[in-house]
Amino acid sequence: MIRVDEKGFYGKFGGAYIPEMLHPNIEELRENYEQIISTEEFKTEFQSLLKDFVGRPTPLYLASRLSEKYGAKIYLKREDLCHTGAHKVNNTVGQIILAKKLGKKRIIAETGAGQHGVATATVCALMGMDCTIYMGELDIQRQRPNVERMKILGAKVVPATSGSKTLKDATNEAMRQWINDPVDTHYIIGSVVGPHPYPEMVARFQSVISEEIKIQLQEKEGRENPDLVIACVGGGSNAAGSFYHYYNVPEVRLIAAEAAGLGISSGKSAATTILGTMGILHGSKTLLMQTEDGQVVEPHSISAGLDYPGIGPVHAHLFDIGRGEFVAVEDEDAMKAGIELSRLEGIIPAIETSHALHALNMIEYKKDDIIVINLSGRGDKDLDTYIKWGGY
Amino acid sequence: MNRINRLFQNKKERVLSIYFTAGFPELEDTVPIMEAIEAAGADIIEIGVPYSDPIADGPTIQDSNMIALENGMSLKKLFAQLEGFRNKVNLPVVLMGYLNPIIQFGMEDFCKKCQELGIDGLILPDLPMGQYLEEFKELFEQYGLSNTFLISPQTSENRIREIDQHSNGFIYMVSSHSITGAKTGISEEQKVYFKRVQEMDLKNPRLIGFGISDAETFNTASAFGHGAIIGSAFINIVKKSKDLRTDIQQYIQSVIQ
Repeated sequence: MIRVDEKGFYGKFGGAYIPEMLHPNIEELRENYEQIISTEEFKTEFQSLLKDFVGRPTPLYLASRLSEKYGAKIYLKREDLCHTGAHKVNNTVGQIILAKKLGKKRIIAETGAGQHGVATATVCALMGMDCTIYMGELDIQRQRPNVERMKILGAKVVPATSGSKTLKDATNEAMRQWINDPVDTHYIIGSVVGPHPYPEMVARFQSVISEEIKIQLQEKEGRENPDLVIACVGGGSNAAGSFYHYYNVPEVRLIAAEAAGLGISSGKSAATTILGTMGILHGSKTLLMQTEDGQVVEPHSISAGLDYPGIGPVHAHLFDIGRGEFVAVEDEDAMKAGIELSRLEGIIPAIETSHALHALNMIEYKKDDIIVINLSGRGDKDLDTYIKWGGY
Repeated sequence: MNRINRLFQNKKERVLSIYFTAGFPELEDTVPIMEAIEAAGADIIEIGVPYSDPIADGPTIQDSNMIALENGMSLKKLFAQLEGFRNKVNLPVVLMGYLNPIIQFGMEDFCKKCQELGIDGLILPDLPMGQYLEEFKELFEQYGLSNTFLISPQTSENRIREIDQHSNGFIYMVSSHSITGAKTGISEEQKVYFKRVQEMDLKNPRLIGFGISDAETFNTASAFGHGAIIGSAFINIVKKSKDLRTDIQQYIQSVIQ
């Protein structure tokens, strides 16, 4: 049974390794979130916003030309059609309602590629909450359009100038800010990482993805369960969402595509399950890319959203017990897969998502298998990278 | 009885603990800085083990961590530097470090090494009490290491009592809602918190840290606790220093007067 235990562990991974200064915040969240999200009031507001604001349910689309090419029945779960362009908003809608119920006045969040930052800034605008986004100085330069979007939405974007100036450091900065202002602030973590209860809470808000897949597949195929679900994994929120209701259905294969960057042995990679070892980062025990002295190693991926040295504890557990199959996709192959989907189906995917698409070339499956690929985000934010790469 | 307990038995007020980052500003400065702190009249030495992601620390200590790592500092290197330091330094010594580098070293090996070298206690800011009790308490006790927990203005009375029960050196009172080096001076609101904890009559001595930088803040902190911890302000002194021994002497004397 794959489920978080009462101390916040998935098998050996998880927990809440946080400074005492954050203990009251984390406790407040842990003690209240399950009760709040199970009230009818919360459910009604959450469902209504997912429907009318986010645009759910997102379609489950049979990609016929892609299916023909790969010789399987391939469905795309169209999270790219969510408002703001990716699945990230499912979680921010849930957390903003929660933050209001907890009486919080300010929101902080970290962001890498800017998708979670935009999704957070969006729900803060919606609810009239003060919003500050921490973003690595390097990512601010790499993802300019998303920075502008956050500012238009009224958020303050603060550069993280420490360390490597990317997602990991933005997360450090957000945690420090939370220590500095613990009473009125809620920290909306964007992935299934961080101290318990964040990994499970974020996964639950994202689990709407697999909940819908079950219903939609039942309608289209007369069965709830596909043979395979494929998703990309950085921290792992879209993978957790699309795997969630299949964790304990062993006949559904769960495929997680990590970013191999320039290659596993290149020193420029983010393939955490292959290169990582057990460690503690951002409050949870998980697999982590680190030196033998326990210093966190800088990852690399062409996609800023997968550029993270750790992985959510639930994924470390899926890997550890062999429930998940992990593949590592190199930058080049992901880019090719992104262009391929654009030309076969008329959908330009986010480069993160392109990693999941390339997994089709790396795993075995049967001709009549039903495969669901979680199309986690759209590629608008990545046009510059596609253009530079392909010389279009 | 270890050196920390002995210290507090003999000295009940104005105890000064000085934090510095191992391997900063230069790799081999570790032991010379310890000697200078002792010579200058401080009471406890707190050695920071540098880490790539120190989430409870502000820019000053983040920078000293980064530079120390660039200088080549690691736990192994630190232990090598500390071989035989007890021939030169008599003060109680506490290691302060984030959990991950220690776990990679191996918690038992780490504790054993600390005992061999003559280290008295540990401050591991991202080790929560529950995890400590479950996984590490026995080890710490087996190797004679005292463990110090942090409390902050947000910590509930019940939890402070629980922390007091499981502490056996001193309690580290974080003076405000903040990371290290973020604020200077002590406000009336902070004094209310200091007084509240003072009146709880805890069994462990209390040292106040974060925002302590000079004689004035040290005196205020000492009025409400058994003394204080200085970190960021001390890092700024050694960072600029051309003559560590003299500058450390001068600075610490200016604080304790």
